[in-house]
Amino acid sequence: MSETTAMLDEAWDLSPAVALRPEPFGAMAYHFGNRKLTFLKRMPLVEVVRALADQPDVRSTLQTVGVPEAHWPGYVAALQGLAATDMIRPRVTSQANTVQKGVA
Amino acid sequence: MTILESRPVVARPEGGSLIEQFELGLDAPICLTWELTYACNLECAHCLSSSGKRDPRELSTEQCKAVIDELQRMQVFYVNIGGGEPTIRPDFWELLDYAVSHDVGVKFSTNGVRLNPERARFLASTDYVDVQISLDGATPEVNDYVRGPGSYDTAITALKNLQDAGFKDAKISVVCTRQNIGQLDEFKAIADQYGATLRLTRLRPSGRGADVWDELHPLPEQQRELYDWLMANGEKVLTGDSFFHLSAFGEADGGGALPGLNLCGAGRVVCLIDPIGDVYACPFAIHDNFLAGNILADGGFENVWQMSELFNDLRAPQTSGACTKCAFFDACRGGCMAAKFFTGLPLDGPDPECVQGYGETALASGDRVLPAQGKDHSKANPTRNQPVMLTLTRREDVQAPPVSACAENPLAGFTL
Repeated sequence: MSETTAMLDEAWDLSPAVALRPEPFGAMAYHFGNRKLTFLKRMPLVEVVRALADQPDVRSTLQTVGVPEAHWPGYVAALQGLAATDMIRPRVTSQANTVQKGVA
Repeated sequence: MTILESRPVVARPEGGSLIEQFELGLDAPICLTWELTYACNLECAHCLSSSGKRDPRELSTEQCKAVIDELQRMQVFYVNIGGGEPTIRPDFWELLDYAVSHDVGVKFSTNGVRLNPERARFLASTDYVDVQISLDGATPEVNDYVRGPGSYDTAITALKNLQDAGFKDAKISVVCTRQNIGQLDEFKAIADQYGATLRLTRLRPSGRGADVWDELHPLPEQQRELYDWLMANGEKVLTGDSFFHLSAFGEADGGGALPGLNLCGAGRVVCLIDPIGDVYACPFAIHDNFLAGNILADGGFENVWQMSELFNDLRAPQTSGACTKCAFFDACRGGCMAAKFFTGLPLDGPDPECVQGYGETALASGDRVLPAQGKDHSKANPTRNQPVMLTLTRREDVQAPPVSACAENPLAGFTL
């Protein structure tokens, strides 16, 4: 299973330390913890990032926002980039904890 | 200085590079410089803001807190506080606390005069505060020549106090000059010694800097030396993205560009709020031509940022004159607006330190008029802290110590 497909089935949230500032072309994301600054250069990506928390997984987030399936790999790559600097992080739930322990 | 009635609508490319988006401006600055006071204990020869004396109209504590509230509302997450010497404002530490507790991170620039062990311990206990100590020479001789007697020791003592208090990663901020370019490795060693990060920035002919620019600005071969050093050490050294004019040493296609934003951010992604609340396009452009408005008179900072005619002009596509024909235009994008303006060069012409040599030609053309500097808060009379920009040397025409007239060798002073 590729990394793209794996992330589609995972639940992610905007990191609680991150603020999104709207900009004419998208948004500026600022992380108060590691002080990293990132720009989201497309409006749909901003919508995806904002919608993550309300959706059970990345796949349904992309569907809700209306991103064509052909563009999903690009969006997943962008989300992975955001995850690398802790802008978004995997959702922690009691259930998820159990699953992760099971994997470990 | 005009504030528009309505905000112009700018057509933006979908996607596109960040540089393209930045050139069209942001809804709020990424970060901004805020000079809290024009008062300073030092009288550095190259002071960009001609600081010295406090201005009686400087913002009060309450007015400063209102600025911080507005920055928080606008989601400006970082502000660079400077001056003058900001720490000599009696309410400086109160304002620092207020900003940090309102989600506005602070990096402040200081010559170190108030960073005693107690203050250093306080700073070490805060999160979200960066300290930047100014040091313009890796030795007292080179530093004190422009910053004044004793200023090297003050800066080093402050660095030591910060390190002893456990403050992590202070910044050492160096303005690169003809006298200190040869000391880059020594600066790095000082930074390493105090657990600090080195930050190098460009000397601009702004404020009192205009008076000494001819003597202090790096020579062409030193610019190359600086570029090579930054390419070799760039990842660990900050530059405030101020050397984008050097990117034209790289490939014409932008390969070999220095890390960071290679564009002039004035009025687009950065600006300056001065001690009396005037908003300028950039910290190096304190002049009526770059004055966007005043936060007290023009309805607050957000209104000035979004509605000023000047800032909207700076965000419109620029004409870069002859520079657009240069193969390296994409690398340097015409250079620094303030450097051109204060050397009397046209804003659509080359940077005075253009590494392709067009600046020297333009400077030599002779028909330029230096603009008067903007506000001058220099002290009326020199104090003991004033730098003395003289170097003691021997007169080359004197071959031997002076002697009495009768013991004078008949061949004294005669050279073949």
